[in-house]
Amino acid sequence: MDISQSLAVETTQRLLSEQCTDAVLAAADSGIWQQALWDQLAEFGLPVSLVGEDQGGIDLSIAEAFAIFRAAGRVALPLPIVETVLANWLLSRAGLEPFEGPASLVDGAALNLSAKNGGWHLGGTAPRVPWGRRADIVVLAGGQVARVGRAGITVAEGTNLADEPRDGLTFDAQLENAAVADLPDGTDLMAVLAAARCNQMAGAMERIFELTTAYALEREQFGRPLAKFQAIQQNLAVLAEQVAASNAAAEMATEAVEGAMSRMAVGAAKTRIGEAAGMVAAIAHQAVGAMGVTQEFSLHHLTRRLWSWREEYGNETYWAREIGLATAKLGPDGLWPAITAV
Amino acid sequence: MDSLKFSPPPVSEAAEALRVEVRAFLKDALAGQTATEKAQSWNGHNPEFSQLVGKQGWLGMTWPKQYGGQERSALERNVVVEEMLAAGAPVSAHWIAERQSGPTLLRYGTQAQCDEILPKILRGECYFAIGMSEPNSGSDLASVQTRAVKTDGGFVVNGSKIWTSNAHLSHYMILFCRTDARSEDRHSGHSQFLVDMKTPGLEIRPILFSTGEHQFNEVFFKDMFLPDEALIGQAGQGWKQVTGELSFERSGPDRFLSSFAAVKGMSGRIGTKPDDRGAIALGRIVAHLMVLRRMSRSIAGMLEDDLDPALQAAIVKDLGTTLEQEIPEIARQIVAVEPGEGADGELEAVLDYTIQHAPTFSLRGGTREILRGIIARGAGLR
Repeated sequence: MDISQSLAVETTQRLLSEQCTDAVLAAADSGIWQQALWDQLAEFGLPVSLVGEDQGGIDLSIAEAFAIFRAAGRVALPLPIVETVLANWLLSRAGLEPFEGPASLVDGAALNLSAKNGGWHLGGTAPRVPWGRRADIVVLAGGQVARVGRAGITVAEGTNLADEPRDGLTFDAQLENAAVADLPDGTDLMAVLAAARCNQMAGAMERIFELTTAYALEREQFGRPLAKFQAIQQNLAVLAEQVAASNAAAEMATEAVEGAMSRMAVGAAKTRIGEAAGMVAAIAHQAVGAMGVTQEFSLHHLTRRLWSWREEYGNETYWAREIGLATAKLGPDGLWPAITAV
Repeated sequence: MDSLKFSPPPVSEAAEALRVEVRAFLKDALAGQTATEKAQSWNGHNPEFSQLVGKQGWLGMTWPKQYGGQERSALERNVVVEEMLAAGAPVSAHWIAERQSGPTLLRYGTQAQCDEILPKILRGECYFAIGMSEPNSGSDLASVQTRAVKTDGGFVVNGSKIWTSNAHLSHYMILFCRTDARSEDRHSGHSQFLVDMKTPGLEIRPILFSTGEHQFNEVFFKDMFLPDEALIGQAGQGWKQVTGELSFERSGPDRFLSSFAAVKGMSGRIGTKPDDRGAIALGRIVAHLMVLRRMSRSIAGMLEDDLDPALQAAIVKDLGTTLEQEIPEIARQIVAVEPGEGADGELEAVLDYTIQHAPTFSLRGGTREILRGIIARGAGLR
């Protein structure tokens, strides 16, 4: 199926581009929660995109959900839709009830989830949880999913450089037995989240390309549009190439999550896209001039997110190291077979 | 801009089965290859090897059965090509003929030309040179001055071509030249001809590479007579035809695997338990190769569907050759190595070759600047 033709994806794209206005982004930047926009997304069923119809979800495919993540990245959506969709995905796969409101998820390897008082106790600290201050929390720890919600959580607020909430959460939560369940097939949560960010970044870069070329065609200096200068054309061609590579890489990551969950493929995508992000932001800002670093032009909503997202769930160095160690281990003759296996 | 989206490459079980076959063949056929031979990538010239590949049925495998082809998918051909390049196989003899000259003849050539030439290319016995660049027409290909003037029963050609790789080892050239006087439309009035390299009036002079290798040539035409039957396609339509030929030339794995021997050499030198610097450098290159390969295979899918991937091909070539040029620079920063021949290590010999040839990667087949111009035009900037 051609994912972009999917009705759910198409409708979401339209909804987001109409409703996620500059005014919404500016308000979100100053810390105001965008309840009206959230309500619209919720009404459409997006938070339960990956939940089966029998559990009240809309049962999209992974590819469709990730195409929606890309659309969210495109508009710099200042809401935790990616986190909510994936948190509810984990819950439903573990047979737990999805959350109705915004949710976020924690890879809880460093947390302590143990049986206590006829139920479970969750303890420990998780740094930089997206939207941790207001999302219902889902924790994946030791192959178990815990539907934590908000009780027993102390929040230390923080933000990333795009002013998105990234909060430290300290847990001292007593959970009922019914709130904890095994995740049948296991999930490499870090890789799934990295693949999601790949799609958001690819979406953001595509929009940056459009904004920048539109600006270059309109803005005149020396009596002609910037776009007519060869130096500008060559730079924007490089920008276009990076966007194209990022699109291909994001699809590679999505396919990996949908298929055999190759950490190698996701890591390669995040490495490639993380590298592209820096170049794309630099070229776009150079072309747009001082206007691009002001609140009056929407470029910064996208570039600041790129600069943030490239660090999350493994930056280029993290993933390149992991891929390098895995391929070096195979020796020179194992290198090419490893590349073609993806 | 839709051309920034690369549709997912088609999945083909037949292609993956073929991959196993090709790997087994190459393991035998390439035993005993030297480091320099591996580094030469698609510059290694070996007619015996080309004929062996032809016997396997792996040349022109997408072509019609009537010429001895197998009508297999572009993706299967892509597998053969990338496996050959990754292994450092000496594919240069048949390379141009199989990659672009044969497909050009198939699309535009006469029946007689196809009947005569294509079966020989398939057998790995017939090699081609590219007749595009001229001393005063490099990137500005439309400005070529070599001219074919109509005469009784044919054309008389005067002019010259330059940077003609393997002209001295080739049987034919596809000559791109002017047939009509220059007009307002600089993209009209060109034609393509099939030229036997033994035609009287054709003279080849070598231009030695800085290393002393003889690959480049200058080819002169002095009152060279070509019969009417040598015309490929329509007189005056040469520009349209030649730009199609360039799509074949730009999108393949040959545009990101030219330095692969250096990657393997670096991997061998950092060992199976590298330190962080080595691992990060190798992992980054692998990540880039995975994505480029996906893009190139996506283009193979487009060719299969008869779509025109000219813009996508320009993107892949610029990204790919940029990486190819970075690779030796990265390798020498990660591993202490002084490139040269006669040293103990393979990497020394590989880098000796790759560093000196790397400047050509972003020249041959369309310069970086021309490609970026094409991309900018695709983006509506010019």
